[in-house]
Amino acid sequence: MDLRFCLLPALLALLLSPPAEAGKTLDAVKARKELFCGVSTGLAGFSASDSRGNWQGLDVDICKAIAAAVVGDPSRVRWTPVNAQQRFASLQSGEIDLLSRNTTWTLTRDASLGLHFTGVVFYDGQGFMVAKKSKITAARQLANAEVCVQSGTTTEKNLSDYSRAQNLKLKPVVFESFEASLKAFFSGRCRAYTTDATSLATILQREVKNPGDYAILPELISKEPLGPVVRRGDDEWFAIVKWVVNALIEAEELGITQANVDAQKASGDPAVLRLLGVAEDLGKSLQLDRDWAYRAIKAVGNYGEIYERNLGSASPVKLARGANRLWSKGGLIYAPPLR
Amino acid sequence: MVERRRYWRAFAYQALAIAAIVAALAYLAHNTAQNLQSRGIPSGFDFLLQAAGFDIGDSLVSFSAGEPYWQALLAGLANTLRVAGPAIVLTTLLGTALGLGRLSSNALLAGLCGAYVEVFRNIPLLLQLLAWYFVLTDLLPPFDEAWRLGGAATLSKSGLSLFGASLTPEFLAVLFGLVCYSAAYMAEIVRAGFGAVPRSQTEAAAALGMAGRDIQLQVVLPQALRLIMPAAANQFLSLTKNSSLAIAVGYPDLVSVANTALNQTGRALECVSLIMGVYLALSLATAIAMRVIERRLAWP
Amino acid sequence: MAIGATTTLRARLFGSPGNASLSLLIVALLLWGLTHGLDWAVLSAQFRPDAEACRALDHAGACWGVIAEKHSQILFGRYPQQEMWRPALATALLLALLGQSFLRPRAGLVWAWAVVAAVVLLLLGGGAFGLAAVGAERWGGLPLTLLLSLAGIAGALPLGVLLALGRRSALPAISVPCGAYIELVRGVPLVSLLFLASFLLPLFLPQGLTMGVLGRVLIGLILFAAAYLAEVVRGGLQAVPEAQRLQAAALGLGYWQTQRWVILPQALRLALPALMNSFISTIKETSVVTVVSLYELTGALTLALAGDPDWRPFFLEGYLFIAAIYWLICFALSRLSLRFEHRRARP
Repeated sequence: MDLRFCLLPALLALLLSPPAEAGKTLDAVKARKELFCGVSTGLAGFSASDSRGNWQGLDVDICKAIAAAVVGDPSRVRWTPVNAQQRFASLQSGEIDLLSRNTTWTLTRDASLGLHFTGVVFYDGQGFMVAKKSKITAARQLANAEVCVQSGTTTEKNLSDYSRAQNLKLKPVVFESFEASLKAFFSGRCRAYTTDATSLATILQREVKNPGDYAILPELISKEPLGPVVRRGDDEWFAIVKWVVNALIEAEELGITQANVDAQKASGDPAVLRLLGVAEDLGKSLQLDRDWAYRAIKAVGNYGEIYERNLGSASPVKLARGANRLWSKGGLIYAPPLR
Repeated sequence: MVERRRYWRAFAYQALAIAAIVAALAYLAHNTAQNLQSRGIPSGFDFLLQAAGFDIGDSLVSFSAGEPYWQALLAGLANTLRVAGPAIVLTTLLGTALGLGRLSSNALLAGLCGAYVEVFRNIPLLLQLLAWYFVLTDLLPPFDEAWRLGGAATLSKSGLSLFGASLTPEFLAVLFGLVCYSAAYMAEIVRAGFGAVPRSQTEAAAALGMAGRDIQLQVVLPQALRLIMPAAANQFLSLTKNSSLAIAVGYPDLVSVANTALNQTGRALECVSLIMGVYLALSLATAIAMRVIERRLAWP
Repeated sequence: MAIGATTTLRARLFGSPGNASLSLLIVALLLWGLTHGLDWAVLSAQFRPDAEACRALDHAGACWGVIAEKHSQILFGRYPQQEMWRPALATALLLALLGQSFLRPRAGLVWAWAVVAAVVLLLLGGGAFGLAAVGAERWGGLPLTLLLSLAGIAGALPLGVLLALGRRSALPAISVPCGAYIELVRGVPLVSLLFLASFLLPLFLPQGLTMGVLGRVLIGLILFAAAYLAEVVRGGLQAVPEAQRLQAAALGLGYWQTQRWVILPQALRLALPALMNSFISTIKETSVVTVVSLYELTGALTLALAGDPDWRPFFLEGYLFIAAIYWLICFALSRLSLRFEHRRARP
C-alpha cells in the first residue's frame, strides 16, 4: 500500500469547491452575495477580459446590472468563460446563474434545452468576412468556398440554409472553439469566416493586425437576436433578469443616465419616480428592494450608454445603433411598461 | 457446515452487489428522468430521422444538409474509418521500420530510431495534431501559389491534391499526427516481439543449414508475429479511438458530427451514447477479427 | 574496457561495407538536419519580444520572442498577473515531489503528498493567510495539467483496485459487472467520457446538487483512468503467488484482511512501474480536456496566442515550447521509473 489514497482530501476539496444551487437561484445569489455569470471566452464588445482579469462588454454590463440590482454591488460577479458548446451545459449544471454570452434565441434552444431566453439585448445577423486580396465583394461569389465556422452555434445551420438557397455549395470547416476557428481563418485555410456581423466587426477591430486587409461582405444571411439565458423552472429568477434588462431600456426612454440618476430621484415625471422606487415599490413583486433599478442604472448606465460604451461611438468599433435603436427612434429595442 | 455457510455468504454478497448496482443505476435513471422532465428537455432517438440541416465539408460518402441526422452520423463514421484505415497501414509500415531499425547492428541507426520513439511518445497526441495542422495551414502557400510536383500533385493551404483526388489539411493533420504518434508505440511492440525470440532459435536453424533469409522468414518472423499481433491489435484500436481528437483540428469525424448534432438538438444523452456504442462496436469487431487471424496464424 | 567499447562501437558503425555506407548516410542526414535546425532555432532566431522583428523573419528563423512575451499566460493561463508567483511555486512543489516519488517511491511520501496537496490548493485558491482568493475558473496552464493528472490518478487508484479485485472475484455477480465496466471504458475514446462528464453529469445529479466544470472533468478523467488502472492492478494481483493467499487463509484471515495486508501490498508493489507508466499517460491525456473548455497547458497556449494578432503567426514556436515541457516531464518521469525498476530488479 505504498500509494495510499493520498490525494483523496484534495480531491474532495476540488470537487466541492464551487458550491452553487439549482432551483431557487435568487436565494442562492443573495446568500452568497455573488452572481455567477457565464460569458464568452473573449469577444471584444460583448465580453472580453483584459490582462488583469477585468471583464468588459455589453453582455458583461448586463451581468453587472443584475448583480447591482440583486446583491447591491456590480463588482460581486464571478465570471465563468464558457465556449459555445459548453455554455448550455454550464447553465444546466448550475455552475452559472445566468448565461450572458452573445447567444441567439431560437425555438429549439428555448423549447428543448431546458432553459429560457429572457429577452433580446442585441439584434444581430450573420455575415461573412473575407480577405480583401481574394477580391470577393459579395456572398454569391463564394461558390464552392471553404468557410470557417465555430461548432455549437447557430451559424453552422444558417450557413447550410444560405448555401442551399443560393446553390453555393459552401464547404464548412467546423472547429470546436472560437479561438481555433479564428486561427484557421487567419492562417488562410478558409476563403471566408462566418459569424454574427457585429462579432465580425469587433474581430476586425481587435484581432487583426491591418483591418484594411479584410472586408465584411454586405449580406446578412440570418436573424440573430442575442439575449441572456436562465435555467427553466425558476420563474422568479427569470422575471428578475428580464425586468432588470427592461429597466435599463426604460431608463434610456426616460432619459435617466448613470450621471443624472441621483438628480432624477427628484424628477417630476411619475414614470421616473416609479422606476427609481421613489413613488412606488416595483421591486417588491420581483422579491427585490425598491432601489433595484436605481442601483442597476447607477452601476452601468441605461441601455444606450451601455451600447455606446461597448460597441458604439465611445468604443473602438464605433458601430451605428441600427436596429438596436429604441423603438421610438425607429429601432427594435422596446421595454414593456414598468408599472 | 462450513461449505454451506460459505455458499450462503457468496449468495448474500452477490445479491447485495446486484442490489447495489441496480439501485445505483435506478438512482441515476430517476435523477435523469426527473431533470429532463422538470427542465422540459425532450429525449429519444426520433431526431435521427429529422433533416440534419448542416453540411459536412469533407465527406467520403455524399451528404447534404437536407438528409437526416443518421446519415450525417454515418458520414462521420465513414470519415473516422477513412482516416483510421490509412493511418493503421502507415503506422504498421513506419513502426515496423523503426522497430527493426532499433534492433539494427548499426549503432547510429538504432540510436536515431530510439530517439524518434522517445521524442514522439512523450508528447501528447493532441499537441502533435495541432502542430501538424498549423504547419499544413499556416506555413504552406495559399491555393493560388501551390507547390506543384509535375502536373500530378499540388500542395497548399487547401490540402494535397493527387491526380485530381484532394485531401484536406484537416485530414492530413489527423493522419500524420496519428501515424507519427502510434508508430513510436508500434516500434516498441515490434522491437519487443523480435527481441523476445531467443537467439538459440536462430542458431539452431543455422545449424540445420538454413539460409539467413529463410531463418528470418520461417523461424523468427512467425514467432515474433505471435507476440506482435495482439499488442498491435490493441495499438490499432487505440489509434482508432485517438482519431476522435480530430475534433480539435476541424476534421468531421464521428465525434465531431455527433457533437454538432448534440449542439443542434440538445439530445446529449442520445448523442454521447451513440458515440460510445459505435466505438464499442468497433472494438468488438476488431477483437473478433484479431482472434480469427490469431487462430489462422496458430503455431502447430 | 574503454578500448573494448570503442572497438565494439567501431564494429557497430563500420563493421561491413553496407554498415559503413549506412553510417555515412545517417551522419550526412544528421549534419544537414542539425545545421538547418540550429540555424532556424538559434542562429537566425529572434529572442526579444519584438513582434515587428519576428514578422520580418518570415519564419526563416524561430521567433522565441513569443515565449518571452507570453510565457506567463502560456504557463499559468488566466491566473491574475500580479499573483503569478503562486502557481509558479505550486508547480515547482508538485514537480519536485513528483520527481521524488518516482525516484524513491515509499509509504512515507503519502504524508508529503497530503501536505503538498493542501499547500498547492491553498496557493492556487488563496482566501487565507493574506492570499487573495482566486476562483478555480481562473486556474490554468501547467499547474492545472499537473493537478488534473495527480487528482485523476489519486481518485482512479482506489476505484481501479476495487474494480481489479471485483474482476478477479469468484462470484459472477461481482466479476461480470466489474469486467463489463472495464471493457466498456477501455473501448471508448476519452473524449466521449469527457462529453459524458460535461454534458450528462448535470443530468445525472439530483436536483439542487451542482458541480463546476473542473469537478465534472475530473470525474470523467477518474472514470476513464480507473478502467486502465484496474487492468494494471489486476496484472499485479495475478503475479502474486497463489500460495500467499492460501497461507493467509490458513492463518485465519478473512477476504478483506488477506487482500489488505497480504495480497494488495505485494500486487501494488509489483505493479508500481506499470502504475507509473499509467500516470505518464494521464499527464499526456489531460491535454484533451481543452476540448471541454478547461485551459490546461495546451488550452492556455491557444488562449494566449489566438486572440493576439501580433503573436498569432508564431504558434509553432508556442507548440514547440509546451511540447518541450510535456516531453521533459514525461521523459524524466519515465527514466526515473526505469531506474527504480532496475534498482529493484537487483536482489
